[in-house]
Amino acid sequence: MTATAQGIYFDNNATTMVAPEVVEAMLPYFTEQFGNPSSIHQFGNRVGQALKQARVQVQTLLGAEHDSEIVFTSCGTESDSTAILSALRVQPERREIITTVVEHPAVLALCEQLEKEGYTVHYLPVDGRGRLDLDAYGRLLSERVAIVSVMWANNETGTLFPVERMAEMAKAAGVLFHTDAVQAVGKVPIDLKRTAIDMLSLSGHKLHAPKGIGVLYLRRNTRFRPLLRGGHQERGRRAGTENSAAIVALGKACDMALEYMEHEQTSVRALRDRLEQGLIAAVPHCFVTGDTDNRLPNTANIAFEYIEGEAILLLLNKLGIAASSGSACTSGSLEPSHVMRAMGIPYTAAHGTIRFSLSRYNTAEEVERVIEAVPPIVAQLRKLSPYWGVDGPVEEPEKAFAPAYA
Amino acid sequence: MWEYSEKVQEHFFSPRNAGAVKDANATGEVGSLSCGDALRLTLKVDPATETILDAGFQTFGCGSAIASSSALTEIIKGLTLDQALQVSNQDIADYLDGLPPEKMHCSVMGREALQAAVANYRGEEWKDDHEEGALVCKCFAVDEKLIENTIRANGLSTVEEVVNYTKAGGGCSACHEGVEEILNRVLGESGKSFAPAAGTTPLPVQAGRPRLTTVERIRRIEAVLDSVRPTLQRDHGDVELVDVDGRQVYVKMRGACAGCQMAAVTLEGIQERMVEALGEFVRVIPAEARPRPQEPELAACA
Repeated sequence: MTATAQGIYFDNNATTMVAPEVVEAMLPYFTEQFGNPSSIHQFGNRVGQALKQARVQVQTLLGAEHDSEIVFTSCGTESDSTAILSALRVQPERREIITTVVEHPAVLALCEQLEKEGYTVHYLPVDGRGRLDLDAYGRLLSERVAIVSVMWANNETGTLFPVERMAEMAKAAGVLFHTDAVQAVGKVPIDLKRTAIDMLSLSGHKLHAPKGIGVLYLRRNTRFRPLLRGGHQERGRRAGTENSAAIVALGKACDMALEYMEHEQTSVRALRDRLEQGLIAAVPHCFVTGDTDNRLPNTANIAFEYIEGEAILLLLNKLGIAASSGSACTSGSLEPSHVMRAMGIPYTAAHGTIRFSLSRYNTAEEVERVIEAVPPIVAQLRKLSPYWGVDGPVEEPEKAFAPAYA
Repeated sequence: MWEYSEKVQEHFFSPRNAGAVKDANATGEVGSLSCGDALRLTLKVDPATETILDAGFQTFGCGSAIASSSALTEIIKGLTLDQALQVSNQDIADYLDGLPPEKMHCSVMGREALQAAVANYRGEEWKDDHEEGALVCKCFAVDEKLIENTIRANGLSTVEEVVNYTKAGGGCSACHEGVEEILNRVLGESGKSFAPAAGTTPLPVQAGRPRLTTVERIRRIEAVLDSVRPTLQRDHGDVELVDVDGRQVYVKMRGACAGCQMAAVTLEGIQERMVEALGEFVRVIPAEARPRPQEPELAACA
């Protein structure tokens, strides 16, 4: 089966196809290699050895100094929660957290809950291209801050944050630094031993491993409290019998990510750039969001003005093309993407953003098919839109059509 | 992706009456740009009969907003204005074979556009009282504003009351935290505080009723069992009391009741009767699930 057997898949920031080699690597751990890795007998021991190998594979991709710094979890969300809650528990006298307004809900929802429990959370704003102000960040660092949690790459726009520099600043101020690197791992080179990052989260299903496996990188000597207590798995840092097959799969996926890193930076980037240029040239009134100079090589977030994202997705889906939207109606909330709002993208555009996220399994032919498919879809929806006239947007659309309530 | 009915998809992919009606004499504009839905409804009304001769829509919105707009225009064409005003948002949703709960606001927008257009035709000023609020209960599509208003209007103070008055939280329970937060906020406005424990139904306790002694408790438990035994025995089954440990009542199912697929239901019914008879909560548990008595501790090795 190829990646395109069921259509064109451009939604790899949501989840990736499990690589066939990864599937092959994990299959024996459902059948003959079924032992509990904590058991002393040969059945368990063989699985234990496989886990050890996977730990080294993850260590290598992350450039971590020790394999013991890798803690297997169930997902990125669990890793994020473990990191932040641990930092608060080991430093009860510190009641502040620094994060950004554009984090994934895995961090934002936790921070909102912590605010209700009396913690102070500082949300760093972003500019129109999704960039942070490091001076403002520096001013917030103090002995009251327990942890800084900043994503490495934004899931919607792909914008990269300077987490290495930010970690150094946190270290100088004596503050723990965590990064949610779920979108960055496997797409950009990472060498943790050369950074001051204390904790890092990753998720297997974003790099062609299955869902249900994540990692918390925990720098040696970082004070720590587990989220899940119980057995002594993961050196007591995460209780619960290991998801052996998924861990083996993640190890293999990490190996492959290293192998494909350059491909990601060159070929995937070239496909993404061609897609963007093709769409911008073919569709009037659309633009790329985020920091185009500094972002993931696979992500193109394009705002199609005067129409709504879900409607675009439904029409794309009819043609067998899968993408994603941060628009209100796909998320179950009535608000448009918090990332677009934080960047100050006007509502007429924020609702019509479509994220195309590519992978090594995408082809130039697929890109061309999408470039062909999108313009008539946009034109069709604009014909229905009250903000679009005969051949362009109505003048001052927000005034021309004043909603009865806003 | 949402689970859209065939009809919603059909009206989205092939919308009817898209675009503005030529020579329209009524226009209704509603929506919220910030929420991503806006609808302009145009009508051509026969002045002699007030019949809607034609209807057209222009919608900025998602799949269900476009489908709802399309459905609305189909429903109202040929109706008089008075008949059209009887069309509810539920009628629009029903016409489409239902909308996902989170998308019901699309049908509301359709109905409001219709009201606005009729008001426009009649030269009246139309003001909607619609206030957007975050959807709290997805099972019954109840928004924050409705819950807040209902709490204030009826002096509600528990989650259970909110469920009874609004249906919010009556389904999967996922929104109970959200309902509690709203209760906390609204009650806080009048200096009251929300007591989470009040969310559960207090067991009926008779005023001045003295606490039962252990013997009395066991007698009442046995009385309940005796009252159900004839029914069970008729079906060649039985039940007997094995032990009472605090709030745990251990029973043994006998005969046909042992291994019966409906045993759990039977136990539930017995438990309900016992709670009523004792005026306190007890749990009726099969004796097989009883924890084993601990072995006496061995003397530590010297």
